[in-house]
Amino acid sequence: MSVWERSSTVRVVPPARPRKLAKVPFVELADGRLQGVVSSGSDIGRVYVSSVEAGTYAFSCSTNNNRPCGGARGAFCNHIRALVGEAVLQYGAERVARYLKVDVAGEQADAQGLTSAMTSTRPAQGDRSAAAQVFSRFLRHLAYLEFAPTTAPVPEMHWFPTTGAVA
Amino acid sequence: MRADLLTDAVEGLDEALAAVDGFDQVLVGGLLRPQPAQAVALAGLADAVAGSPLAGRVAEAAEKTAAGAADEGHLMALAAARTALLGSVHDALVARVEDAVGRPRAEEPAAAASGVEHPVNLLVAARGWLCDLARAGWQGIDHELVGGAAPVVTALLSEPGLRRLAALLDGFAAELAASCPGATLERIPVRRWADLWSRAMLLTLPGADRAAAVAEATGRLLPLGVDVHEHATAVQAQVHAVFEPADGGTPRLVRAGVSAPKPDTVVGAGLWQLLRPHMSLLAAVSEGRAMELDAMPVTAEGDLIWDDARAALGESAEPFTTARVALPTAAAAPVTPVDRHPTRIAVPVLLEGYAVEDEGERVAFRVAGERLAVDAGRVPAAGPLTAETVASSAACIGLLRWDAGEFLVQPLAVERTVRKKAVAVHAGAWAGGTADKAGVRAEKAATDAVTVLRERAGRLLRK
Repeated sequence: MSVWERSSTVRVVPPARPRKLAKVPFVELADGRLQGVVSSGSDIGRVYVSSVEAGTYAFSCSTNNNRPCGGARGAFCNHIRALVGEAVLQYGAERVARYLKVDVAGEQADAQGLTSAMTSTRPAQGDRSAAAQVFSRFLRHLAYLEFAPTTAPVPEMHWFPTTGAVA
Repeated sequence: MRADLLTDAVEGLDEALAAVDGFDQVLVGGLLRPQPAQAVALAGLADAVAGSPLAGRVAEAAEKTAAGAADEGHLMALAAARTALLGSVHDALVARVEDAVGRPRAEEPAAAASGVEHPVNLLVAARGWLCDLARAGWQGIDHELVGGAAPVVTALLSEPGLRRLAALLDGFAAELAASCPGATLERIPVRRWADLWSRAMLLTLPGADRAAAVAEATGRLLPLGVDVHEHATAVQAQVHAVFEPADGGTPRLVRAGVSAPKPDTVVGAGLWQLLRPHMSLLAAVSEGRAMELDAMPVTAEGDLIWDDARAALGESAEPFTTARVALPTAAAAPVTPVDRHPTRIAVPVLLEGYAVEDEGERVAFRVAGERLAVDAGRVPAAGPLTAETVASSAACIGLLRWDAGEFLVQPLAVERTVRKKAVAVHAGAWAGGTADKAGVRAEKAATDAVTVLRERAGRLLRK
């Protein structure tokens, strides 16, 4: 076995890179989709739940009350474009491209390159069935702020050393 | 320090690890339809513990598992056997470290554990998921299987007494989810995932994670440095320190930690901001001060259960002075049996008079003729200590660790000579806050991130 395979403390998932959260408070690569939540530009009480499916790039965008996004008829809306942009900031273009199965050459490996590579295939509009699930994952994510810290030792965390990768 | 002892071979180590590796390969393919090679590896694990009290149960478990007829009890027996083997590796390595460092060990018998009973149904649910995982194998994981952990983790997180299992499963499941589907994985962290799996299995046994008996500590606490652990949704800061009892007893090596679940977008300085309000010791570390403890609870393992009400800020105490004067006589506490694992080894040491070998990616210290690799990657991002600073250092307070077959030094602080004067740089310098320009910027960005999340949570969570 290689050193990597024999190591107990290799970091399998790179840490999220810091980014500003105001516009896109939540983004994740999960359930075979790039999905997340985008704040509405006009109504602070409203958010859009947006997603792009890996491989097909089938896209979907609707409000948290399940009303369809007016911009996402036939093409990526601005919410989805913002989502791709913030995903690239948080995970890096390479990881996003790999997850979505987008083939971009070295120089095009940025948010714009990714977006145009996907839109050029004229992706179909997906169904909005995933929106409720994405939104509940966002709420679950927010709930992590509410759990109380503890000063009892958690020795298991020695398997998760910090990596200092975020500067 | 006798560095030669750290590079010498340890007797029996390769044999024990070979049995562990064999079992770990079994988990790669999964236990649903065991192949002949897997049967051999399972028998090898049973053989390795044949001289222990586990022998009978593990032999039976290996046989049933090889026949594809393992129940949860059998899988638990296999997890226990693997844990016992790594426990023996831990003990051999710790004995080596003690000889090399030449410090006393506190002779305290591991007293009976105490604590409250946890809700058993949650533990059963966690164990069920882990057993499904073992049957599928790392190559058999998919989103549906891995996603099954989410409700269990959410329920565990709401039970403060189950934080250990919760934090472990949460981090483990996130790694598995990011690696789905297992069938197309190019490489698999074989030992790591087997570690996490078997450790989680044992933690589903009621009482396995009870803290060792608790006593009270009154006296002076002299910090050495901060060790930071994090995965996407949890963080822990552990301060290593020398405790000098007020009654004049033997100084002891202790740790004080604080941990919290977190959203994955809280990173860097945001980690300190999350933890800071719950342990005044972090501010003391940044200010280079000692703390006076009054009846602070401490486990037999040397973990202080921090309570701000039982601590007061003390005089200034330079960690390098502590490391030179107090550390050599401080006794280390014994480790709880279930927690014995090489990954848990984190022994504070002071290194001086070494030569730095800078080979680009990897830095090493040449100590008394022996090469000791430096794990500079474990230094927290939100702090002034960088790999470059380590590479130009003349003295280092570090944690001696062991991983993938070798000892490593994790720097907690270094001293550099600048214009003929020693200047110390601490990894945890920003723990309590900072006036450093880059640090202030990082703090601001982290505050903004949490403010946005709290605003969103306030607006959307209670609807």
